[in-house]
Amino acid sequence: MKPQKILRSAWEGLMLNKIRSFLTTLGVIIGVASVIVMLAVSAGTEAAIAEQINALGANLIIVSPARGIPGASRTLLMDDATFIGEQLVGITGFSAEQAPAAQTVKANGLTLDSIAAIGVTSDFPSVRDYAVESGRFFTIDEDERKAKVVVLGAGIATDLFGADDPKGQTVTVGTTKLTVIGVMETKGMVADVDYDGRVYLPINLVFQKYMTTMTIGGDRVRTIYVKAESPEKIDSIINQITVLLAERHDVEASKPDFTVQTQSDIIATQEATTAAFRDLLAWVAGVSLLVGGIGIMNIMLVSVTERTREIGLRQALGARPSDVLLQFLFEAIILSLVGGVVGVALGVGGSYMFGALGSMQTAIVPESIPLAFGAAAIIGIFFGYYPATQAAKLDPIVALRHE
Amino acid sequence: MTESLIEIRDMTKVYGEDEGAVYALAGVDAEVKHGEFVAIMGPSGSGKSTLMNILGCLDRPSSGAYVLDGRDVSQLTKNELAEVRNQKLGFIFQSFNLLPRLSALTNVMMPMLYNPLEDIGDEEAEARAIAALESVGLGSRLHHHPNQLSGGQQQRVAIARALVNHPPLILADEPTGNLDSKSSVEIMGILHQLHHQGVTIVMVTHEHDIAAHAQRTICVRDGKIVNDGHCADSRQ
Repeated sequence: MKPQKILRSAWEGLMLNKIRSFLTTLGVIIGVASVIVMLAVSAGTEAAIAEQINALGANLIIVSPARGIPGASRTLLMDDATFIGEQLVGITGFSAEQAPAAQTVKANGLTLDSIAAIGVTSDFPSVRDYAVESGRFFTIDEDERKAKVVVLGAGIATDLFGADDPKGQTVTVGTTKLTVIGVMETKGMVADVDYDGRVYLPINLVFQKYMTTMTIGGDRVRTIYVKAESPEKIDSIINQITVLLAERHDVEASKPDFTVQTQSDIIATQEATTAAFRDLLAWVAGVSLLVGGIGIMNIMLVSVTERTREIGLRQALGARPSDVLLQFLFEAIILSLVGGVVGVALGVGGSYMFGALGSMQTAIVPESIPLAFGAAAIIGIFFGYYPATQAAKLDPIVALRHE
Repeated sequence: MTESLIEIRDMTKVYGEDEGAVYALAGVDAEVKHGEFVAIMGPSGSGKSTLMNILGCLDRPSSGAYVLDGRDVSQLTKNELAEVRNQKLGFIFQSFNLLPRLSALTNVMMPMLYNPLEDIGDEEAEARAIAALESVGLGSRLHHHPNQLSGGQQQRVAIARALVNHPPLILADEPTGNLDSKSSVEIMGILHQLHHQGVTIVMVTHEHDIAAHAQRTICVRDGKIVNDGHCADSRQ
């Protein structure tokens, strides 16, 4: 008997009991769909993290005080920033940042509590790819002479002045009256920071007015952002920073009191966290595929018993043991492949739906489709083989007498 | 081609070993010529079922020769036996053994599905099955399912199925055992008709009036053929 005839016979056999065939394959459908959805969800989460970190600005190198070293948080100073800014080769700019405790912001008869007032340098918009929407940013000169100016985040501007142009208005940040010179573009939440809900001040003004009670020296910075000319220069700049700052701080370059990171470092760290989560989901999905396979085996075994007489008859009519084996094996494989196809469709559709309806971001992993589908096929063969051999082994005399 | 379609020499079938051995067949010799209509009778446990199974190539004898249509089939492999069943034999069972979910036509097409020698296309297979069903008078019931047919009609579908591969030998195991007398007459009529067309028929029955339709009766008792000719009293 030709395999394609057996295949057709197997298909017809399954079609005769559509509901049972569907229920049998449901386990595989759910397994395959969950593999795809779960991988899509975790890939989406990773993509979202990477997107946010990249939104910090392109080609950024992030220098911050080392963690876990006593006194290290005091080690990164404004002078360090200026020094490396002057010395580094291959950069388009740098921006130092410092954030005092949250401040009360008052203007226009309104008061906003707990607003982050961030001290930055004049290159901040270009280094962080964060443009001024209206008005202008402060100049290096204004920074150095501690001009009492402020640039508002888009959200703060709306909160305080609604649709009016805040330029030229006076805003009180903490106890100091500042003049609004510009409003930043809308940036939204990036890596859990609401950029629109902050106000940006010259960093030297921050040292003078907001950090005095907290710091000896007063001009420490929490982060220095350095923007490389191109991605290829990043490695060289990291080396330069490490060497320059280590020498300046008189520490060994192998044990610096600062850390130099790129966005990809941060992404990698974040991904390590989500990878564990993803692996867990993959295991859960794998187990549901396994359960689906056991379901197929179970039904196939029942089917072999139920159809013992049919098997005997087919043998009497000339079916060889291998024909019987193939018939049942094909039935199992068809069940799991159909389950695979439906599962892929459901998984892809479900992933889009989760992405569209929920707050979750999903990204379908292209490899997950052949992976899930292949797993379904293997399950069909693996779990179909045993029942099929049981069918092929039947003695036609016994099978024909079976009631 | 030899004159005999079936030739059995000194055939035994033993179950178990040594002192526990049971001889279901204890040395059987028999012959069926081409075109004969033979009945096999015997009480239960006589070995007639074993004999029928071996004749049907569903089982192999422990020893002895079984020459079917010129070929010794007594020691063939399972696959070879399957081929012989497909090509040389047509089975008619007491309980019809139709697949309930398939139409009469599809049931009759089934042996062609397993034909190892020729790949019969769908259209030809259907044409042959229709011809076989028409020859048993069921040309108008092609697409009926078994549960829509009477017992006699179901057995006629089974006969059509047995004929569809044009085997030289039809094996009928109590073909009227599940039928009322009117249907029995119908079925025996068809078997007679086949016999007249030259088909060789071997039929197991325990009913004397059914056996009387055959040209010759082989009587089996205690694993042996006790009387090849007349079986006066097979019911015990």
